[in-house]
Amino acid sequence: MAKKISLPLRNLTGKPVRTAVLISLTALLTLTVLAGSIIVSSLRQGLHSLEARLGADIMVVPYEATTKSRLENIVLQGNTGYFYMENALYDKVAAREGVGQISAQLYLASASAGCCSVPVQIIGFDPETDFTITPWIKKSYGKPLADLDIVVGNDLNAFVGDTLTFYGVDCRVAAKLDKTGTSFDTAVFTNQNTIKALIRSSVDRKMNDFQKLDPDKVVSCILINPADGYSVEEVVNDINIHVKKVKAIRTKEMISGISESLSGVSDITVILIAAVWLLGIVILLLAFTMSVNERKREFAVLRVIGSSRGMLASVVLREALTIGVIGGIAGAALALLIVLPFNSLIETQLGLPFLLPAAGTLIALTVAALLIAVLVSALASALSAYRISRLDPAVILRGDQT
Amino acid sequence: MKLLAEQVSKEFLRENRAKGTNSFFAVQETDFALEEGTLTVLMGRSGSGKSTLLNMLGGLSIPSSGRVLLDGNDLYALPDRERSHQRNRHFGMIPQGQTALQSLTVLENILLPYSLYGEEPDADRAEELMQLLDIGSLRDAKPAELSGGELRRTAIARALIRRPAVILADEPTGDLDDENTAAVFRLLKNAAGAGASVLVVTHENDAMQYADRLYRMHAGVLTAE
Repeated sequence: MAKKISLPLRNLTGKPVRTAVLISLTALLTLTVLAGSIIVSSLRQGLHSLEARLGADIMVVPYEATTKSRLENIVLQGNTGYFYMENALYDKVAAREGVGQISAQLYLASASAGCCSVPVQIIGFDPETDFTITPWIKKSYGKPLADLDIVVGNDLNAFVGDTLTFYGVDCRVAAKLDKTGTSFDTAVFTNQNTIKALIRSSVDRKMNDFQKLDPDKVVSCILINPADGYSVEEVVNDINIHVKKVKAIRTKEMISGISESLSGVSDITVILIAAVWLLGIVILLLAFTMSVNERKREFAVLRVIGSSRGMLASVVLREALTIGVIGGIAGAALALLIVLPFNSLIETQLGLPFLLPAAGTLIALTVAALLIAVLVSALASALSAYRISRLDPAVILRGDQT
Repeated sequence: MKLLAEQVSKEFLRENRAKGTNSFFAVQETDFALEEGTLTVLMGRSGSGKSTLLNMLGGLSIPSSGRVLLDGNDLYALPDRERSHQRNRHFGMIPQGQTALQSLTVLENILLPYSLYGEEPDADRAEELMQLLDIGSLRDAKPAELSGGELRRTAIARALIRRPAVILADEPTGDLDDENTAAVFRLLKNAAGAGASVLVVTHENDAMQYADRLYRMHAGVLTAE
């Protein structure tokens, strides 16, 4: 018994090199659009995550820290560092008109020497007033942090129950946070009592830049949200004018550099995707046109034995759709295999907040890339399909006979 | 089935840079009947219009005027899909030149008319035709491996696979030696004997001996002999 013949499949397998080239091209198009989309989406997600994690509209730091790059290095780049200002400045800032939510943080950087398990940024927050870190930590750890308990960022190689030592003080890992794609993924969070104990120990071991530091009398950073009826601008200006030795910074302004870099990377990615697609579509269009032209006589024969115009167009379109589906799946798989396992490397290379979208978004992006691959293949072949459906078989088969 | 052409003509436009566009008639207004159970031979020189007439009869080339009736039904009044289906079911056409699909084997090429509309192929008939046309050993060969004569015989087997009521053959023996030419004409004669309406367009005089009816064509004008 003879098997049923699928003409599109037979045409594709009959020309394996041409088919492989077309599938590879479609795969490349899908790869660029999916990998590019995931990267752009991850950068945007990273920026949103950073904005959410900063959690306050205004940061007030000692004036010398604004040598701004130092602050930015710590908050945005994930470098370690610390700076301090007197508690009295906190009281002055808190007393200013327009200040709504306010909370202080203490910073400390652990050392890479034997006294510390890992060199990380340690951030001490005040659970009673904090409004930025506590809501986030609550997702991973529902209870208040006990003294000498720490919560670690997602990128740190430590797990719940582990003990990390900082300046000779053993701290228990109470929780590990979800990934944020920001510098906070490599930080450690703890309460005021614990960070003060760590600062004291670092001073005692002469490993702190501030040798006469009393952690009970200092803060590193003050986080503020304006009260209702006051704008961020008003509160920032008021603090900068009336409180000496400090600098109030809009957090949005601090991350504006990142926004600009992200916008630049996004633009370049979009331009690259557009260039690859333009080239790919032209090549696909030419390839389908040439492929159909060289088989004009075969299509005329199909008309002779009873194919309708629609059936001829369907053969061309089904060939293109098969190429689109196979190339799309291959390209999408390749994009996921490149971007997902190597997202940390991409983050490091870009030096920007980078957070992979949720699984649902990834699936949606993948499905969209596949649909685009199939659609582009269909469109590239549509002209050929139309032309072949219009061909006059009598003219093609007649050659130069009448 | 009876195939009738009423006052059919075919006009083509010719582009000429110097003289502009002008037209000429490949087939002048013609009446023609292809009767059941007869083998009709249409002879004429190259360019006389005989292939154009055959294509109009086969539903492949819309006449500039006139009608083509298959058992009284106007073929060109049907939508393309229906006309194509009619061609698949009732017509066996042997076009000029090499017409095998390169990606299919000889057997698959022969059975192709069944595949178009998803019908169960008649493998026994294919075997019978391949034996009669002496291409039985080539069933799994691809067209690129065949000679011109073998390709021609493959096209003939494909045209006859569905035992069509109307057979339209355009120079069916062009690439064949005397022995195979005789075999093909015997096959076509047998088909006519079984009730088919057969038209053979050729410029070979040998065909005359098989003809029940003979026509000649010259400059688009058809004359019966």
